[in-house]
Amino acid sequence: MKDKGKLLILLLVGSETFFFISLIIAYVYYRNFTNTVDTVAHTLDATRAGIFTLFLIASSVTLIVAKNALKKDNRKRFKIFLVLTVLLGVIFISGQIGEYIGLYKKQITLDSDVFGSSFFTLTGFHGLHVILGLIALTIIFLLSIGKMERVGVAAFSGMDVYWHFVDVVWIFVFYFVYIMPLL
Amino acid sequence: MYLWLALFFFIIGGLEAMVLRAQLALPNNELISPETYNQLFTMHGTTMIFLVLMPALIGLGTYLIPLMIGANEMAFPRLNAFSLWMTFMGGTLLYFSFFAGGGPDAGWFNYAPLSENNYSSSHGVDYYLIGLILTGIGSIGAALNFVTTVLTLRAPDMKLNMLPLFVWMMFINGFLILAAFPLLNAGLFMMLIDRQFDAHFFIPSSGGSAILWQHFFWAFGHPEVYILALPAFGIISEVIPVFSRKPIFGYKFVASSTVAIALLAFGVWVHHMFAVGMSNTVNGFFAASSMLIGIPTGIKVINWIGTMYKGSIRMTVSMMFALAFLIDFTIGGLSGASFAIVPIDWQLTDTYYVVAHIHYVFLGGTAFGIFAGIFYWFPKITGRHLSEKLGKWHLWLFVFGFNMTFLLQHMLGILGMPRRIYTYPDLPYWKILNLISSIGAIFMFVAIGIFLYNIFITLKKPRSAEDNPWEAWTLEWSTPSPPNLKNFEQLPPIHSRRPLWDLNNPDNPDKRLN
Repeated sequence: MKDKGKLLILLLVGSETFFFISLIIAYVYYRNFTNTVDTVAHTLDATRAGIFTLFLIASSVTLIVAKNALKKDNRKRFKIFLVLTVLLGVIFISGQIGEYIGLYKKQITLDSDVFGSSFFTLTGFHGLHVILGLIALTIIFLLSIGKMERVGVAAFSGMDVYWHFVDVVWIFVFYFVYIMPLL
Repeated sequence: MYLWLALFFFIIGGLEAMVLRAQLALPNNELISPETYNQLFTMHGTTMIFLVLMPALIGLGTYLIPLMIGANEMAFPRLNAFSLWMTFMGGTLLYFSFFAGGGPDAGWFNYAPLSENNYSSSHGVDYYLIGLILTGIGSIGAALNFVTTVLTLRAPDMKLNMLPLFVWMMFINGFLILAAFPLLNAGLFMMLIDRQFDAHFFIPSSGGSAILWQHFFWAFGHPEVYILALPAFGIISEVIPVFSRKPIFGYKFVASSTVAIALLAFGVWVHHMFAVGMSNTVNGFFAASSMLIGIPTGIKVINWIGTMYKGSIRMTVSMMFALAFLIDFTIGGLSGASFAIVPIDWQLTDTYYVVAHIHYVFLGGTAFGIFAGIFYWFPKITGRHLSEKLGKWHLWLFVFGFNMTFLLQHMLGILGMPRRIYTYPDLPYWKILNLISSIGAIFMFVAIGIFLYNIFITLKKPRSAEDNPWEAWTLEWSTPSPPNLKNFEQLPPIHSRRPLWDLNNPDNPDKRLN
């Protein structure tokens, strides 16, 4: 493979996968361990989270569109869809923040019980990754306003892998945290 | 830089070990308090593994991989610097704990709930957690760099099956690091959240699970053993052929058994937890997998011996360390295989038998490998030869002292002496065995003193090493000693695993592989 930047991100993402697997394992382990996890998990609003999940998935789609536009050298379209991606990501994050505030009002906190501990750690680390991705996307966008040459397809391709990864992780988190207790 | 870092922490870790052995030399000794003792053995283990062996191996890898594959630099030099300083920061924070109310005191594997706030109220464990997260991130950065460098920057003619074995093993090791360290980091983060934000991950009294910490730690911890062993295998696989004047016997077997080890490494961790009381099925599975992993390791040992067979062996210090490695690592491997048998493990777990085993693997294995590597590549790195005469003193004192200290600890373990006790009553044989063990440590201490002196005086001498003093065959020896800032102005032709052999013996080249 010639593109070492992309290769680096692919490997990093592979490594991060193990990190998130560990966090998910912790959550699932406690779920089998005591039934309080499920009792509390029922208070989560799966529909609401599902809607925000759709926003995140949509952001991956817009990013693909942006990438294709960049390949065809359609800079204007690229910028529009990049901004759209960032906006969708921000919506997702604000949804998550809203959910956190709601849970804290219900006294479900990081130190309340094992559910709180594993839920906030898992979704929190995912949220941090989303925020990191948003910052990086914003940087790429700001660069693209200035000197266009500096945003090569190469610099973008690593970012692209990372963002899809964050998206896929969320789908798993969503399944294990929100859907599984309902089944 | 990595190597200096490793050397620096090696001295600190070694001094800690000396204090420990001094305390244990006599029964009912009161040289240091139990609290100090707990902190010292925790710091000794953590330092030696994360701040000595890891940086030493990563340092050798960073220096040698580009040279051995015909590249001018690592793929990401800045990432490289980042990894180094993360490791340095981690180490500094770990040691800062002593100024912040006391070091970590729950052992290098930091079992919960002992390591939680209720039982460990000083901030030592917090520093341990943050320090290891930082060094862990550093190691992942280094691994990313290794893998990308090998995949993207090889000399155009060098195919993957022509990599020098050291590079091959560092390459496989990269994947091991990438898969194992996140498990540790996740566990460390959870425990940090437990301690700092009162979460409940590993606190059984409020619904958490202490066993889960053990799973996370050992799912990392056992691959970590191989992360530290594989590069040493790689060094040995370079040193033995060169000093036996023969190509490695069974390159493909050595290379593929490395992959087998890497894969199996993730399926054996529960053998550290046989005493937890899991079902017989689980124990049986992990007993079998643990014995299985002995096979690829055994294959390697046979290959190294096969390489030496009928070779014209040159007894340099580097080669002698490789031989010492072969013998002592095999002992460590065998005592390890004995743990795979569940009843033996139940009998011996948490005794000095384990202490003896881990030291045979890490010191008799990894550290001897690193010494062999340092004596072998020192002329390339600095342009000066380490003194062979001092090297032999270093070697014999160290190997002698090492076996004196740790061979007897097997006996102590079988006699039932538990590890991690700061003193012990005067039971039959315990006194004499511990005393001999402590005297052995003094031999090693003197040996390391000689080693440091050797490095010191060698660095003061003028540069005199030739480009290829050992008449070796891999690419790093085609550069001047030490190499220029840009490693290669022009690469020799590469058609086999031994490009310099082909260059010097045009009438009798190795089989073309590309």
